Amino acid sequence: MSAPVLIGYFDSEAQVLDATRAVREAGFVLHDVYTPYAVHGLDDAMGLKPSRLTWVCFGGGLLGCTLALSLQLYTSVVSWPLNVGGKPFNSFPAFIPVSFELTVLFAALSTVAAFLLRAKLFPGSRRSVLPRVTDDRFAIAVAPREAPSELDAAEDLMRRHGAVATDLLEEVAS
Amino acid sequence: MSHQHLSSLREPLVTEPRTLGQLTEEICAPMERPPTWKWWVAFGIAVAVLGTGAGIVGYQVATGIGVWGLNKTIGWAFDITNFVFWVGIGHAGTLISAILFLFRQKWRTSINRAAEAMTLFAVMCAALFPVIHMGRPWLAFWVMPYPNDRGSLWVNFRSPLLWDVFAISTYFTVSAVFWYVGLIPDLATVRDRAKAGLRKAVFKVMSLGWTGSHRTWSRYETVYLLLAGLATPLVLSVHTIVSMDFATSVIPGWHTTIFPPYFVAGAVFSGFAMVLTLMIITRVVLGYEHLITLRHLENMTKIIIVTGGLVSLAYATEFFIAWYSGNPYERFAFMNRAFGPYAWAYWIMVTCNVVSPHLFWFKKIRTSPAAIFALSLVINVGMWFERFVIIVTSLHRDFLPSSWAMYTPTMVEVGTFIGTFGLFFTLFLLFVRVLPIISIGEVKSVLGFARDGHEAPQHPPAKPVAEEPHPVAHRPVAAVPLAIATRKDAPV
Repeated sequence: MSAPVLIGYFDSEAQVLDATRAVREAGFVLHDVYTPYAVHGLDDAMGLKPSRLTWVCFGGGLLGCTLALSLQLYTSVVSWPLNVGGKPFNSFPAFIPVSFELTVLFAALSTVAAFLLRAKLFPGSRRSVLPRVTDDRFAIAVAPREAPSELDAAEDLMRRHGAVATDLLEEVAS
Repeated sequence: MSHQHLSSLREPLVTEPRTLGQLTEEICAPMERPPTWKWWVAFGIAVAVLGTGAGIVGYQVATGIGVWGLNKTIGWAFDITNFVFWVGIGHAGTLISAILFLFRQKWRTSINRAAEAMTLFAVMCAALFPVIHMGRPWLAFWVMPYPNDRGSLWVNFRSPLLWDVFAISTYFTVSAVFWYVGLIPDLATVRDRAKAGLRKAVFKVMSLGWTGSHRTWSRYETVYLLLAGLATPLVLSVHTIVSMDFATSVIPGWHTTIFPPYFVAGAVFSGFAMVLTLMIITRVVLGYEHLITLRHLENMTKIIIVTGGLVSLAYATEFFIAWYSGNPYERFAFMNRAFGPYAWAYWIMVTCNVVSPHLFWFKKIRTSPAAIFALSLVINVGMWFERFVIIVTSLHRDFLPSSWAMYTPTMVEVGTFIGTFGLFFTLFLLFVRVLPIISIGEVKSVLGFARDGHEAPQHPPAKPVAEEPHPVAHRPVAAVPLAIATRKDAPV
């Protein structure tokens, strides 16, 4: 992608929220918004859908639980059944703690792994960062739908909503 | 910054007005300046204690655990006491980061990072004890179920000791992942502040290419919520399972159904005491009194009153049930606890854990860091004795009077325990030097909490416009390497 991207910088959460809403309502392509902390309400302003990572979490937990139960049943009933005072080989209640722990372990690790994959976060990433957005600035990145000249209007809009600076970049990583 | 909290009843979480930039500056400052001589002294002592402890562990591994004071009646004593003590301390971190998160207790934001670090270090200390107790720690991998040429002979999944293996290792892993995920945005902040060099390189790798993109923040929030939801039952399960090490046995004094909630309450109680001990020192040394405020300390003392009350109730219930059950062995175990040869330990426990938390009912004490610090140490001592009392007094007079015995720890056991404090403080002191000990991103999000919507740095909109020709969109496209232009002094 080599379409130019217009960046508007803001100094406060309230301004960036307003500007994001305005830019989106005006029909520009909202490339991304960069913030130093999780700004609540920005999901709505950007029109983001709820993450599907919850399903990964559920699947991971289910997998962990299944594996844990299978391992315990296999070892205690099939592979090495041990008769302890005539008690049943499948002593199910005793298998609950380990199943629970592995459910949590698999759910947590798979959620985080899926998150890192989806957000393309990995060691050695060479992604560039907009100035000060991890410190005290907020930035909105707008891409034009068709002609780059549309960005003039977008810039105007952001200035009116309190942008302290604007910049034009070749491309930004999302 | 968030303008939805306008109630005049709310007090600001950050007691001094700060801008976002100042906050970054403040929290990153300790990492970016050379350590003071005080830090070096503290670190030197911690490393010396750790080294001594390591030597002592080496000696007992080489010689065998016969160098301990155990005998055939008392097979568990100092070692398991210390294990439970450290695991208990390790509970506060996840409680603060997960449970308080789910309850939307925003005050947690300035203490959760350090408390989670404390959790990890405490669990490391705890894990050492069972491994040493194995006698042949190089065979520690035998606790894992893996196909082997002995049968395959499997681990016993019906044993609470094995549940413990899974519980502690899951707890450590999930806590570490939770902690790291929470760190990523802050690592990026540090990366973007660092000048080219080692720090920049290391933080660049560790921050995984975080850009502050809200698409990522949105997913991040989901992941954080999910992890909090997973860690909450996890933290409760860990001490529950630790308590089952005792409760599933048939020893009078151990064989009680109250143990899981009793242990969990005790763990939170001791964990908060340890968080207070560390935070009271840290906030003074690093000058974070406006971030880790008196209100934080007060809130934690209130949790201590509650959990102290739960622990007291558990002590009383145990005694009542011992009498009410009509079981002579159970009755004897408890009378022996309170009036037998280890009565001194029992009454230290009662004084520290049942009596001392009630001092926190007084506002004066709740708001005096010195008093809280002193009481937090008292509670730590009390909780150590609780575990000692549970373990040793239940064992030392067993069913057969001819095998009754007394237990005294040897220097090796005491040295190992002190050595773990060396490990704990070495790691904690390194942590305050190399990582932001307060979650920068999270504190930024509560900066405007109860601040009447005053946006801290109010730039008049479009001030710098005059300097640039207005529509930059017509300029040739700039292909700037952005990552280097992140210093404050660089023009944006």
